[in-house]
Amino acid sequence: MLQYLMQRIGLALLVCVAVSLLAFTLLNASGDVAISMAGEEASAAQIDAIREEMGLNRPVLVRYGEWLGNAVHGDFGNSLFFRQPVAELIADRLPRTLTLAVMSLAVMLLLSVPLGVLAALYPNSLIDRAALLIAVLGQAMPNFWFALVLIVIFSLTLGVMPPSGSATLKHYVLPAVALGYYSTPPMMRLIRQGMIEALSSDYIRTAKAKGIGTTKIVFKHALRNAVIPVVSLSAVQFGNMLGGSVVIEAVFGIHGLGFLAWESISRMDLPVVQAVLLIVAVFYIVIVLLADFINAWLDPRIRIQ
Amino acid sequence: MTGAVLSVRNLTVDLPLSGDRSHAVSGLSFEIHPNEIVCVVGESGSGKSVTAFTAMGLLPKALKVSAGEMLFEGKDLLKMSRSDHAKLRGQRISMVFQEPMTALNPCFTVGDQIQEIFRTHTKLSGAQCKARTLALMEEVRLPDPQRVYSSYPHQLSGGQRQRIVIAMALAMDPKLLIADEPTTALDVTTQAQILAMFKTLKTTHNAGILFVTHDFDVVAEIADRVVVMQKGIVVEQGTATEVLNDPQHPYTRQLIAAVPRKKQGEAAPLQEEIALRVKGLSKTYHVARTLTRKARTVQALHPADFSVRKGETLGIVGESGSGKTTLVRCLIRLLDPDDGEIWIGNRNFAKGSRSSLRTARQDIQIVFQDPYGSLNPRRSIGEQLIGGPMNFGVSRSVAWDRAKRLMKIVRLEEDALYRYPAEFSGGQRQRICIARALMVEPKVLIADEAVSALDVSVQKEVLQLLADIKREMGLTILFITHDLRVASQICDNLIVMSRGQIVERGTVEQVFGDPQDAYTRQLLSAMPGNGWEVPALEAQPTT
Repeated sequence: MLQYLMQRIGLALLVCVAVSLLAFTLLNASGDVAISMAGEEASAAQIDAIREEMGLNRPVLVRYGEWLGNAVHGDFGNSLFFRQPVAELIADRLPRTLTLAVMSLAVMLLLSVPLGVLAALYPNSLIDRAALLIAVLGQAMPNFWFALVLIVIFSLTLGVMPPSGSATLKHYVLPAVALGYYSTPPMMRLIRQGMIEALSSDYIRTAKAKGIGTTKIVFKHALRNAVIPVVSLSAVQFGNMLGGSVVIEAVFGIHGLGFLAWESISRMDLPVVQAVLLIVAVFYIVIVLLADFINAWLDPRIRIQ
Repeated sequence: MTGAVLSVRNLTVDLPLSGDRSHAVSGLSFEIHPNEIVCVVGESGSGKSVTAFTAMGLLPKALKVSAGEMLFEGKDLLKMSRSDHAKLRGQRISMVFQEPMTALNPCFTVGDQIQEIFRTHTKLSGAQCKARTLALMEEVRLPDPQRVYSSYPHQLSGGQRQRIVIAMALAMDPKLLIADEPTTALDVTTQAQILAMFKTLKTTHNAGILFVTHDFDVVAEIADRVVVMQKGIVVEQGTATEVLNDPQHPYTRQLIAAVPRKKQGEAAPLQEEIALRVKGLSKTYHVARTLTRKARTVQALHPADFSVRKGETLGIVGESGSGKTTLVRCLIRLLDPDDGEIWIGNRNFAKGSRSSLRTARQDIQIVFQDPYGSLNPRRSIGEQLIGGPMNFGVSRSVAWDRAKRLMKIVRLEEDALYRYPAEFSGGQRQRICIARALMVEPKVLIADEAVSALDVSVQKEVLQLLADIKREMGLTILFITHDLRVASQICDNLIVMSRGQIVERGTVEQVFGDPQDAYTRQLLSAMPGNGWEVPALEAQPTT
C-alpha cells in the first residue's frame, strides 16, 4: 500500500513539472510580452529596453527555472495589466472557482448517482427512459444556453435566484446547476452500466442466496463495486469544471479563475496566464491522485497485491 | 411420502418464446429426504441448474414457472411471496455455486461476507458472530482461520474460496443444501476433499442435499439417489446403485458409456522413429523487484526431458500450477524457454528468433481448450481453414480441396466451409479447430485441454475422432489434460507433472497400476468414482 502511494505521488510530481514546463515554453512561444507591454506605438528601442529590464532576452530554460523556483515559494511575479502580484489576484479569484466547481460536482453526483442506480434497477422501464432523456438533453444543450434559460426562469420570471455576481452561496446555485448538469450524462451512464454489470454478477447471486435484503444488496454489495470507475471519472470532471468554468463564469459574472484566465489571455498578460495554468493543472493532478487513493481504499485488489 | 425435505411435483418452467424448445423443465417430480444426497445429472441444457435456481427463487426474470409445486417443509415455495422466500434463503435453504472465483464480492473480506449471514438472520452480537464465523471456517477445514477471516477473496485459491461459499451455505444449519456443480471448476485433489466434506455434512447437519453435476464419477462418489435429466425431462431416477449399474433409459446408458475409462486391450506397438524430442527444456519467470518486495523468481518449468515417437499419443497430466501450460507455450514458442532443445525432425525449435520459426510452425500445431474463443466469428470456416496452408505457399484451390477432405475426416458436411462459427455447437467447433490444425499437415499435434469444455457425450466423440485421425494419418499427439480418466482413455504413455517437474512417466498401465511417485498416488486416489466399475454398455441411439 505504502509503495503504491509513493509511486502515485512520485508520478504526480513528475506530471506537475512536465505540465509547468510545457505551459511556460508554449506560452512564451505564442507571443512577446515586451511588445504587448510597450504598447502599440512603441519603437524597437523601447521594446528592447523592456526586454532588457525584464530579462526576457535570456534563454527560455533559465527563465523557466527562475519562474518555477519563485512559483514554488508562491511568487508568480506581477500582473502586467493589474500591476499587482499574481499571487494576490489568484488568492482572490481561486475560492470563487473552487466553490463553483465543488458545488457543480455535488449537483452532478446528486443527479447522476440516483438516476443511474434507478435506471440500472429497472432497465428499459419508464424511469430508465426518463433518465436517458435527461442525459440526452444535458449533452445536446450547450451549457451557456442552458445557463441563460436558468436565468430567464429563476431570476427574471420567478425572481428567486440572483442572476449574477458571487456575493453569497446563493449566487452559485444557478451556475453550479448549469455546469453540473452538463457533466451529468456520461457519469449517469457509467453508473447505470456499472450497476447493471454488478447486479448481474455472481457475487450478487451469492448475496441473494444468503437471504440478504434488496436494499443492502444494492447499496452495499453492488454500489461499492460500481462506484469504483465513478471516482476516477469524477476526478476528470472536476478538472473540467475548474478549467471549463470560463463560459459559465462569464455568463453569471463570477470573477473567478476562469474569467481571470480569459481576461489575461486577451491582454497577453502572460504571468497571470502561466500561473492560472499551473494552478489548475496542479489542482487537477491532486484531485486525480486523491481519486486513485479513494479507489485503493474502495477496492482491495488495488490495495493488496 | 412424508418426511421429505423437498418434494417437487410436476414442475414446469417456461423458456422465452424465441428458444429452441418451450420448456426449460417440464413435468419434473422428485423428492429429497433428510440425510440424503440426490444428484441431478445431465448435460448442458438439460435443465438441471434451472431446477436448482427455482428452489432458491433465483430464476432469471425471463424464465417463468408455469405449473407444479415445490414443497419445502410442507410449504409451496412457488406460491410463497418473494419476501417469505428470501427469509428461507441462507437460513433454511442454501446454495453453493459452480464458479468460486466470482462467487464472492471482491470488495469485502471473506470474514465479513460470512458474518453477514448471522447479522441478517440472527440477533447475535458482533463478537458472537465472529466466533461463529471462525468456527465455521474450522469446520470447512480452512487453514489458519484467523488469517483467512481478514483476507479478501483475491488472496485465496479457488478451493479456499469454495470452502468459504460452503461455510456461508452451512452457517444457519439449513435443512436443504443445493449445490450446483460445486467441484467442476476445481482441481481433482481439491474436488476429492470437497466431495468428502459433502458426505460428512449430510450426516453432521442431517440435511437434504440437491447436488447438480454432469459427471457420473462424482455421482458414483457421493449420490444416494440419482435423477437423470435430458432436455428438461427426467428420463430416469432411482437409487445410485440402480442407475449406475443397471441404467434403463437409452440416454442414461449413453451418458454412462461416455464416461472416460482406461482403454482395454493391448496397445498397438509404437514405431521406432522419434517425432519430437525435448531436452532440458526449462522456464523461469522473473518478478521484478519493487520498493517493498524483493525480486522473486518462479521456476515454472524445471528442466524437462521426454520424447514422443511417431504415431504416439503422450498424455501430460497435471493440476493447475503444475507447469503444463508453460510447457505447451514453450513447445510452440509462444514463450521463449530459458534453456533446452525441442527437436522436431532435424530442426531445433527452441533455437532461432520467433520470426525465423515461421516456416517451422507447420510442423507443430495446437488445438486449444475453448472452442468458442478459438475461431474468428466474422470469417467463414473455409477462409479460416485455408489461411494456414496458403501462408506456406499452397495455392488456394489445393488448400480448398484439403479443407474439403478434412471436413469429411472430422465428420462435418462440406458446406460447413461456407458457414460461420456461430452456427456450430461447441463440439462441432472443436472438430473445426482440429481440422484447422491439421490443414498444414503438422508432424505433431498438441491438444491443450481440448475436450475439457465439452459435455461427456461430445467429449467422447471428439476423443474418438482424435484416436481415429491418429490411426489413419499416423499423427503424433501431445495430449495435455488435468483429467487422468480422459488421459488414460486416449494416451499410450503418460507424464505426470507437479510444481513444474515431471514426477512420473510410463505407459498408462504402469502409471495406473504401479504409480511410483507420492503425488501420482494422491491424484489417482482423488479421482472420483473409484470403486465404480462402469457396466459394459453399448450406447444406444436416443430418440
